[in-house]
Amino acid sequence: MTTPSPKNTSLLRPARPVGFTGYGAYVPRYRLPAKEIARIWTGGKGGTPIKEKAVPGLDEDVVTMSIEAARNALARAGIHAHQLRAVWVGSESHPYAVKPTSTIVAEAIGAVPNVQAGDWEFACKAGTEAIVAAMGMVGSGMADYAMAIGMDTAQGKPGDALEYTAAAGGAAYIIGPAEDSVAVIQASYSYVTDTPDFWRREHQKYPEHGVRFTGEPAYFHHITSAGQTLMEAMGTTPKDYKWAVFHQPNTKFPQRVASQLGFSPEQIEPGLLVTTIGNTYSGSSIIGLTAILDIAQPGDRILLVSFGSGAGSDAFDLLVTEEITERQGKARSTQDYISRRVEIDYAEYVRMRGKITMK
Amino acid sequence: MEIARHWRLKQQRYGLVGEVCPHCDVKIFPPRDVCPECGGEAKTLYTFSGKGEVYSYTTIYEAPAGYDETAPYTVALVKLEEGPLVTAQLTDVDEESVQIGMPVEMVTRKLRQDGDERGMLVYGYKFRKST
Ligand SMILES: [Zn+2]
Repeated sequence: MTTPSPKNTSLLRPARPVGFTGYGAYVPRYRLPAKEIARIWTGGKGGTPIKEKAVPGLDEDVVTMSIEAARNALARAGIHAHQLRAVWVGSESHPYAVKPTSTIVAEAIGAVPNVQAGDWEFACKAGTEAIVAAMGMVGSGMADYAMAIGMDTAQGKPGDALEYTAAAGGAAYIIGPAEDSVAVIQASYSYVTDTPDFWRREHQKYPEHGVRFTGEPAYFHHITSAGQTLMEAMGTTPKDYKWAVFHQPNTKFPQRVASQLGFSPEQIEPGLLVTTIGNTYSGSSIIGLTAILDIAQPGDRILLVSFGSGAGSDAFDLLVTEEITERQGKARSTQDYISRRVEIDYAEYVRMRGKITMK
Repeated sequence: MEIARHWRLKQQRYGLVGEVCPHCDVKIFPPRDVCPECGGEAKTLYTFSGKGEVYSYTTIYEAPAGYDETAPYTVALVKLEEGPLVTAQLTDVDEESVQIGMPVEMVTRKLRQDGDERGMLVYGYKFRKST
């Protein structure tokens, strides 16, 4: 049997056109500057991959952060939570090992009991995987609205390179009929392989990374493959898009992958949040998209490409509609969340992230 | 272990869901099924807007069991815009910035864990300064 070329089976496009009816972001207010981490571990020597990262308060976790993002998405969508037929939360930092985050979120926003609920895992692309599933649910006509969330309170081993960037935040999206959308999802395409770039075994607190695998064979290969295949199938070039947003583990990777695909620094600038909030893992590319939607105008075309270790990328071709103008202001903007900033030092960070044992 | 109580209270705790009196339209929190104004039966659920202001407050340094990991913290009596007074923790605030009359908004946060690190997590309303 011959292996079919991915290009023959590429685009996902539901029978019933779908889009984002609402969107909402959340970023906790605490910030740990990267130079403060460098002060502890390297005596302040060497460069840092970002400026600072967002850290959750002592009473915050993926449940509470998802609830706030979900409420923002509902406010923009202007629908009642009972109209949601799914509440799906993608994360690699669910508070419970066993017991869904999604049931607590669904209960808190008032979406229970006539609803699908489930937690998704695929490293940093769990949120976009849930978006693709929601496209199927709404696109088939089984549901009018489905919510997909990508949210994390990421942790790096103290002193490890990931500690500089592992951050907290994310976004919630309500997928609905295209005619009730701020942005129509014109198509999506996913590119997935088995790649050992990053993992965490059961019961381990911190992840491991296959150093040689994190760049070229993982991040760059999957994002460029997904982005290029989507654009070829859509018959587009980077010039057709007003904005683009890619997964953001640090500042350099998304800048480089954008240039490899042919996008300009201006096209990725409003969605490039990693420098000021860090890598929010499952939230990373999709919170970048919320910042773009906050400033987008009808007719803007947007390319979104996520990346999850292990590995895979989901690429989306989005077209902003007239509805955007009225819905942007119905919830707090992503830049508002970023600017409500309280700087902390490493000692406060250690307490907040539960790195001290009290007994 | 208070699992049954946490479960029973989840709706009012997560989303500030109380009741509204069908006879005189008074908003009731916490829900008690009887209107404090007219004494009539009041079982209609009502989701509060979450907006209010600080009526009074105090800072807790010696926290009760289960809350000690987040001490010190500020507890306030919040007057909801619909009328009722509720007692709740303030969050995302610096103690010195809290004032009587400060506008606040409800957020759902982690209140505590039930018992040790093996126990269930308890979520509920807190208030933060609104902007
Ligand atoms: Zn009454």
